[in-house]
Amino acid sequence: MTVNTHTIGKRYEPLVYAVGREKIVEYALATGETNPLHLDLAAARAAGHADVVAPPMFAVVYQGRSVTQAMFDPELGIDFARLVHGEQAFRWHRLVVAGDELSTTLTVSDISEKMEIQFYAFATESVNQRGETVCTGTWTNIVRPPQ
Amino acid sequence: MRSGDEIELKVTPDRYVTVRYAGASGDFNPIHIDEEFARQVGLPGRILHGLWTMAQVARAHTEAFGGPESLASLSVQFRGMGVMEQEITVRGTVTELEPEQAVVSSEATQAGKRIIRNGRAEIRLPRSD
Repeated sequence: MTVNTHTIGKRYEPLVYAVGREKIVEYALATGETNPLHLDLAAARAAGHADVVAPPMFAVVYQGRSVTQAMFDPELGIDFARLVHGEQAFRWHRLVVAGDELSTTLTVSDISEKMEIQFYAFATESVNQRGETVCTGTWTNIVRPPQ
Repeated sequence: MRSGDEIELKVTPDRYVTVRYAGASGDFNPIHIDEEFARQVGLPGRILHGLWTMAQVARAHTEAFGGPESLASLSVQFRGMGVMEQEITVRGTVTELEPEQAVVSSEATQAGKRIIRNGRAEIRLPRSD
């Protein structure tokens, strides 16, 4: 099977994610965070933040929908059953706090095939309600060859 | 801080961590939460989310370098698979040090296997003036 490369450069409509206080707390607890900035409103405010602060990797929550949108896009035709997450990169530009509204745009940055293994790379960018970039991501997924 | 300084974080994921992480992250892939399904697709059982393990790598840095603001970037490669109820060790080494930024190389291992490799993070350092 030859991979379709004509979708390289495809850009999806931005999706907006409203960051909730309890969602940050839930995520922080599930990932073992103990820093009160993520868990305690009073501690976050005392440190000068408007609300509880999202751990950096909370980016997977607010960018996840955009990634799902691309992964299930019939135009890309990714075989989900053979999909493996190969690499992940994030760059954080400013902190995210509860109450932020983040708009994430995804671009298909690369599609390639080597020895029957397909590589799909997605670039994500999230911008807050003030138009400031908060986080950019690169998601590299690998589709293994059929057995 | 000096080049060559090391950071370390040890964590043992409990039996139900993938269920809580699925809810928290929105990633409900059944290989992480359904034992029977995981076995049917050839896995030894439910496995950890790679991004949960990456969150442990991130936490090793934010705990060592002064909180969430210190982490400017992190990239990793996922290899193998992590499982529940076995200790994971994240180890990082400061490989470059500049006045306002450090670079840390890291990996995560479990039972002698590298489950995350080629971790590279940029750390924002407080100005010393």
